[in-house]
Amino acid sequence: MDPLGDLILARFNYWIYVVLMMIGLYAMITKNNLIKKLIGMSIFQTAIILFFVSTGVKEGATIPIIDHGEDHGSELVEAPAAAEHVPEGRGFDHEEALESDAFANPLPHVLMLTAIVVGVATLGVGLSVVQKVFIRFQTLEEDQILENIRTSDG
Amino acid sequence: MKALSLIVVLFTGSLLLSVVSLFPVWGNPHSPANANPISQFYINETEELTGVPNLVTAVLADFRGFDTLFETVVIFSAGLAVFSILGRPKRKRGDEKPEEDDPSENLIVIQTCRLVIPIMQLFALYVIAHGHHSPGGGFQGGVILGSSFILWAIARNLPTALQRLSSRKTMILACAGVLIYAGIGVICQALGENFLDYHILHYLLPATDAIMARSHAMLGVEIGVAFTVSSIMFGLYAYLSSQGREEGGL
Amino acid sequence: MADQAPLLILLFPLFGAVTISLIGPWKKQLCLPVAIVATIGSLAAALTAFCDVLQVGQVQYFLGGWESPRGIGIELRIDHVNGLVAIVVTAVALITAIYSARRVDDEFEGKVPLFYALFLLSATGLIGMTLAGDAFNLYVLLEVASLTGYALVAMGKERRAAMSAFNYIVMGTIGASFYLLGVGYLYLKTGSLNMGDIHQIIVDQDLRGSKIIQVAFILILIGVWIKMAFFPLHAWLPNVYSFAPSTSACLMAPLVTKVAVYVMIRMMLTVFGPETVFVALPWSEIVIWLAVLDIVVASFMALAQKNLRRMLSYLIIAEVGYMVGGAWLANHYGMVGAIYHIISDSFMTLCMFLAAGILFTKSDALTGFKGMFVRKPATMMAFTLGAFSLIGIPPTCGFFSKFYLIRGGIESGHWEFVIALLFSSLINVVLFFRIIEFAYFHIDEKGSKPDQTEAPAAATPITQVISLWTAAIAVLLIGLFNQPIVGWIQTTLRPLTIVGGQG
Repeated sequence: MDPLGDLILARFNYWIYVVLMMIGLYAMITKNNLIKKLIGMSIFQTAIILFFVSTGVKEGATIPIIDHGEDHGSELVEAPAAAEHVPEGRGFDHEEALESDAFANPLPHVLMLTAIVVGVATLGVGLSVVQKVFIRFQTLEEDQILENIRTSDG
Repeated sequence: MKALSLIVVLFTGSLLLSVVSLFPVWGNPHSPANANPISQFYINETEELTGVPNLVTAVLADFRGFDTLFETVVIFSAGLAVFSILGRPKRKRGDEKPEEDDPSENLIVIQTCRLVIPIMQLFALYVIAHGHHSPGGGFQGGVILGSSFILWAIARNLPTALQRLSSRKTMILACAGVLIYAGIGVICQALGENFLDYHILHYLLPATDAIMARSHAMLGVEIGVAFTVSSIMFGLYAYLSSQGREEGGL
Repeated sequence: MADQAPLLILLFPLFGAVTISLIGPWKKQLCLPVAIVATIGSLAAALTAFCDVLQVGQVQYFLGGWESPRGIGIELRIDHVNGLVAIVVTAVALITAIYSARRVDDEFEGKVPLFYALFLLSATGLIGMTLAGDAFNLYVLLEVASLTGYALVAMGKERRAAMSAFNYIVMGTIGASFYLLGVGYLYLKTGSLNMGDIHQIIVDQDLRGSKIIQVAFILILIGVWIKMAFFPLHAWLPNVYSFAPSTSACLMAPLVTKVAVYVMIRMMLTVFGPETVFVALPWSEIVIWLAVLDIVVASFMALAQKNLRRMLSYLIIAEVGYMVGGAWLANHYGMVGAIYHIISDSFMTLCMFLAAGILFTKSDALTGFKGMFVRKPATMMAFTLGAFSLIGIPPTCGFFSKFYLIRGGIESGHWEFVIALLFSSLINVVLFFRIIEFAYFHIDEKGSKPDQTEAPAAATPITQVISLWTAAIAVLLIGLFNQPIVGWIQTTLRPLTIVGGQG
């Protein structure tokens, strides 16, 4: 059972994000209602955000804000492999190198702040376009809209 | 059709999962992403170089500030897009008063909002300003600020809220936000360094050294972001809830 | 100031857009001058940066001054290839801005400042995509260009514009998200986002055979293919470009797909490297067959169209097939041809769409070409020049791009690609001679009754004529000067050995 546990349980975050993403993709492609397509798009983008953020997680680490009031001693003891983990050619002193394992990786968080904003913006523009479609065609079902276009083209 | 898309979806899913066994285990501190010198640099050196303990804000507003500028531009373009797609040619609004709502109808809601909204806005300003030391920053604070206006529009009605913050003012605030952000960058250019290289600003700001100049410039940049985000959030709500007519609404 | 040029290319349109949004609603007549000043400034900065590149070979601009360690900050990287593409993007933006002078008022009543702001922001996004040296920064700028593109299309008064924009939104978001996912996989494996740094890590740690890197490449490729409308992911393009307002189409049609092709080539050459793409992965054959299919299908569909802009849209899809096939030939001249075709196709498409906008203001059915040579001779001559370029008649640029592509195809032994190129030229001959025959020879048909309510021989505004002829002359000049341009492209390509392992 262990290889399976290694595949699924130890890497469960990847499975979750792929399942979510495929749900979103399926909704975008197959649903007839335009709003449901947009919801699928939102789910799709959220899954990608989850993926990125989950790559920055470090076990036993805290948020990437350096707080001088707190005592980090306990976390340093718990990070066992940190001792070998000194980046080459850096010349850090050992104290600081240990600290870096106590903080989550800030870069995925930064990237995903941007991605969330982009997702919101796209959703906003999408909704306004859907409203315009509704004003023109009086319906939000894609097959009715296409029928409408086909009959008016003649 | 549904069968075909199911096949496509399953195929894509299996493509994405085909390499799952090669991915680093969740929470591994030594994965290539986490052990990379860049990440180490961010964690170890940021506070010395910029004076900001919140690593995410420092990376967002300083190291990768160019991305954040264009993120602000994305929000700005979304606002422009919604205004352009849903906007109607404006009738002369002369002496046409916005439809009166009867305040006594929603007395409890309105009075509660009167109490809550100032606190919301104060909290939003706190989130923006304290982004250097706690989770927060321009986007987060801007959204809270924008939602305080939306709350007023929901409690009363949309034209009443638009009296406070018309779509014209929304556009001006949004432009001001982008101008603040890009303007700080251009000032750095005018002083001889590259775009968004904040340390040179210590010549302009009184009583700061190069490191604190970065910290202050980051605050300035976050304020610009907050302007744009808050005004566009409200603008999006105003246009989406009224189909561009700017009356009625939810 | 010259070393700030790479950034000024981006800053001019950005500030232009914000200025227009601020003062436009008050003084509508200032919008156009600001737009033109912004695009001229951008073009000047692009030329300055390119002159710099000619001297130094590669220009790197570090935002925020964060130069080392590499990848800390964001960098803009300009070499010969994207220097040329940046010049093309800014030039197309300028020409379209001039064209828009008399056109915007009836296409976008009351929303003129919003249009110009979106126009300039779209140009900013496209320029940023060209100059980016950081993979995630490219995604953000891709989204800027996409969002403004959606709005430019949906703003139109045409009834089906909004629905086409919705499909564009859905497909475009899928494409951009796949690109982002690919970057995520790359980040997972290498830990860096800087393009040069990723390549360094792939080379140092010998990750060419790594499955994660391969899947990352596939994801990025799918994302970019959706954005450039490569078969079979092309369904969004014909609707979008036929129903968008003509000014928006003149900006987007020449640029959006070509910049996406540039992104693909940049990913192939700089991030993953020719060794990974051509040697370690056995896909060149498949992609070339896909390109052949794309060219053949798109050409056939272009034959079947009855509307000018729809026909041109299918021709764009076919041209994308040329470029993808050329890039994947795993051959030096194929790559040269593909990059040269980015430049030449932008101007060809611009010329054709401008002509389409000038000739037809209401319906653009092909039957409306009857007697057009009498009504608008200058426009038709420019249209014919563009048509010759699409067919591939020397000395227009279309001939030279086909020349290099065919040479690459022969040298690498991919005869199917050569045949597809020749077949496409043949179809273009049929298409355009049919139109030209309509335009020339049907003058006496029952008093040339117009099919649409076109005002008989209304004088074309001078701005539109200038913009059209600038594009047409550019088509000629790029062809005549193909030697220096190809030489510049080769300066960047020479250090890379683009030889396939399989063929």
